[in-house]
Amino acid sequence: MSPLLEVRGVTKRFEGLLAVDRVDLDVGQGEIVGVIGPNGAGKTSLFNCLSGLDAPTAGTIRFRGELLAGRPDRFTRAGVARTFQNIRLFPHMTAFENVLVGRHCRTRVGLASAIGRGPRFHREERESEARAGELLAFVGLGRLGGVVARNLSYGDQRRLEIARALASEPGLLLLDEPRAGMNAQETRATADLVRLIRDRGVAVAVIEHDMRFIFGLCDRVAVLVQGHKLVEGSPAEVQGDPRVIEAYLGAPTA
Amino acid sequence: MRLDRPSGVALPAAGAAALVAGSLSPWATFAGFPGKMSLGGFPGGARLFCLLLVAGSALFVVDTGGRRRAALAAALGAVAVVGLNLVALVDQGGGLGGPAWGAWLSLAGAGLLAAGAWRLPAGRAAAPDDWPARPASVEVAAVAVGLLALLGAVVWGLAINESSRFVSFLVFVGFTCAALHHLGLFTWLTVLFARRQRMAVALGGAAAVAFPFTQQGNAYWIRVFASIGVFAVAAIGLNVVVGLAGLLDLGYVAFFGVGAYVGALLANASLTTVHVHVPFLAVVLLGGCVAAVFGLVIGAPTLRLRGDYLAIVTLGFGEIFRITANNWDGLTRGPNGISGVPDLAAGGFNFGAAHSLFGVTLPGFANYYFVELALIAAAIVVFTRLNDSRIGRAWVAIREDEVAAAASGIDTIRLKLLAFAIGAFMAGCAGTVNAHLTTQVSPDSYTFLESILLVAAVVLGGMGTVPGALLGSTALFVLPEKLRSFQDKRLLLFGAALVLLMRFRPEGLVPSRRRRREFRDDAPAPAP
Ligand SMILES: Nc1ncnc2c1ncn2[C@@H]1O[C@H](COP(=O)(O)OP(=O)(O)O)[C@@H](O)[C@H]1O
Ligand SMILES: [Mg+2]
Repeated sequence: MSPLLEVRGVTKRFEGLLAVDRVDLDVGQGEIVGVIGPNGAGKTSLFNCLSGLDAPTAGTIRFRGELLAGRPDRFTRAGVARTFQNIRLFPHMTAFENVLVGRHCRTRVGLASAIGRGPRFHREERESEARAGELLAFVGLGRLGGVVARNLSYGDQRRLEIARALASEPGLLLLDEPRAGMNAQETRATADLVRLIRDRGVAVAVIEHDMRFIFGLCDRVAVLVQGHKLVEGSPAEVQGDPRVIEAYLGAPTA
Repeated sequence: MRLDRPSGVALPAAGAAALVAGSLSPWATFAGFPGKMSLGGFPGGARLFCLLLVAGSALFVVDTGGRRRAALAAALGAVAVVGLNLVALVDQGGGLGGPAWGAWLSLAGAGLLAAGAWRLPAGRAAAPDDWPARPASVEVAAVAVGLLALLGAVVWGLAINESSRFVSFLVFVGFTCAALHHLGLFTWLTVLFARRQRMAVALGGAAAVAFPFTQQGNAYWIRVFASIGVFAVAAIGLNVVVGLAGLLDLGYVAFFGVGAYVGALLANASLTTVHVHVPFLAVVLLGGCVAAVFGLVIGAPTLRLRGDYLAIVTLGFGEIFRITANNWDGLTRGPNGISGVPDLAAGGFNFGAAHSLFGVTLPGFANYYFVELALIAAAIVVFTRLNDSRIGRAWVAIREDEVAAAASGIDTIRLKLLAFAIGAFMAGCAGTVNAHLTTQVSPDSYTFLESILLVAAVVLGGMGTVPGALLGSTALFVLPEKLRSFQDKRLLLFGAALVLLMRFRPEGLVPSRRRRREFRDDAPAPAP
């Protein structure tokens, strides 16, 4: 059986800079895959290609066997959702409204129905609201639905971004540094949350600098250095690989 | 509630007494100043505003949240009213001999009040507890009174003919609203209106329908409000584009113009190039659709642009429309335009003629007024229902963060096009009615300035809300009319009013909840 996500030879070039260099990566059903690497290694650029925010210079991305290309909403509808390294919520909408926006690509009400307000409109709206409420509770924001997003604490904002991404019913969730700025306790809670997401049947690919977090959480880890994939393997294999140690000692990171 | 020590009240008490005495005394040494200001014994003209603002001095003995700022606002309002009139009196009275002693006494009184208010302890801000929950009947009454006060202020203001007195009126209304705002009244009313929305809408609609019956056959204000109605429908449409989707369209009036030309060309006007007559209802929809197609044609290439670029390109398209209309003699008759557009007629009912209803004779313009009301009602339904749906949420998401919106699964280009088309549709519908209302259509009505005025109406009224668009278009229509006697200084005053408003209320007169959050940290959040 082919994997959920198949990345083949993806390359991203900015002017002269090769940010992502012929990267191959698979993510299987029910897997948690880590992507690590020094700052500027191209991790975020890779995720931008995988979520359609940037078009790769070369290479292909297949999801559930189908070629993905075009604008980001097509990637999301196909089942790839993401969060951002620098949180990008809708700051003046409430937490609840933020999650409702995530439902957009799974709802169908059009102009006529929205203006006419038939039974279909109300049914769909109720369903979206129920799911949004359920997701807020799932990420631990059950009581904060009415709070405006920018007034949430940093950790809560990260959780809200995950809830919004999950609202699009993804098969694969891309997390870009989900524990950045969190303390040890919040980090543990985030790791637990990622496992729970996996248990819901959503595969996860996660970028992180925190080695303990990555090696404790992931089934498989890929190391990016200067745009290309240096090593890929189980946490134990990657941890013991001399090339990884060298890459990190050569370019220490936060 | 706590009473202050008498010593703290002496200064403002003297000020209040002086202001009352001054307001009942002559302000002018010469006859002919509006409000019979050369006569004493009654508060004519702007003196009435001072007398009403004295009520603010009650705050010196009542301890309530936000009292210092409210008292200060009332006192400064009086200072501003007296000051403005002093300037006018000096100007028209030929120097310092113009103002009479009553004006100086009022100025001193207002100054004392302001000084007293300045010395009040800062105290706390108004809290929701200052306006506790009331029984339903009181709330309903409050909504009714609030609406009546609004309508009353509008009718009162419209009835003031002298420009200088109208400016005083605006200053009075502005400072009174500021004082009431500091006392927390508007926050309370906003919550109330939200809770009693149906009733507020029903009452507002009833008042709007009743308006022509109160004019005793006089067509003037009915005509003005019919024109405002056209403007308001377009403003609601623009509010979809700017207020919801966040797309700054500086060429929006072109869509209005497209609708107007469609309406004029299909009405078999006396000076036209196309000699067909299409039933009006079909024309309204057709005008809207043609404008919407134009919106799509303009939007498709431009909506990939962001912010400033979009504004510049739409501005360019607006000018292209005007220049095309100016030069396409074969269709638009160039600068002459289409004129002699006949009155609307439907099934033997002539919209131009006066009709009698319930024993009241309504002038012809009342028919257009009702057509406009119907259009506004339709626009409001479309706006509010779209706003409160996945489509409206997607628009707001695009406005807040386009990249995040796209990554959340929103087809941003498609939704921006939709906003553009809907906004254009509404403007097009309004344009067809306007062709009949003004009986002629020519390119010079659709200039860049008109687009700017529409954007100003939306921003000034409050982005993303219907009352904001209605109030903004009313203000923008009435203000220039009322300031007419200032002639060349008119636009200057108008600009100054806009700058002041944006300085003190950047979120607009009636902002949406979300919009208020963008400008104020303390804006309340709703329960989900
Ligand atoms: N939009 C862009 N334009 C030009 N260079 C970029 C752009 N985005 C990222 N880069 C460059 O690509 C490299 C990889 O960046 P990034 O993917 O953000 O790294 P990481 O997430 O691994 O820290 C960096 O050198 C960065 O400066
Ligand atoms: Mg990064």
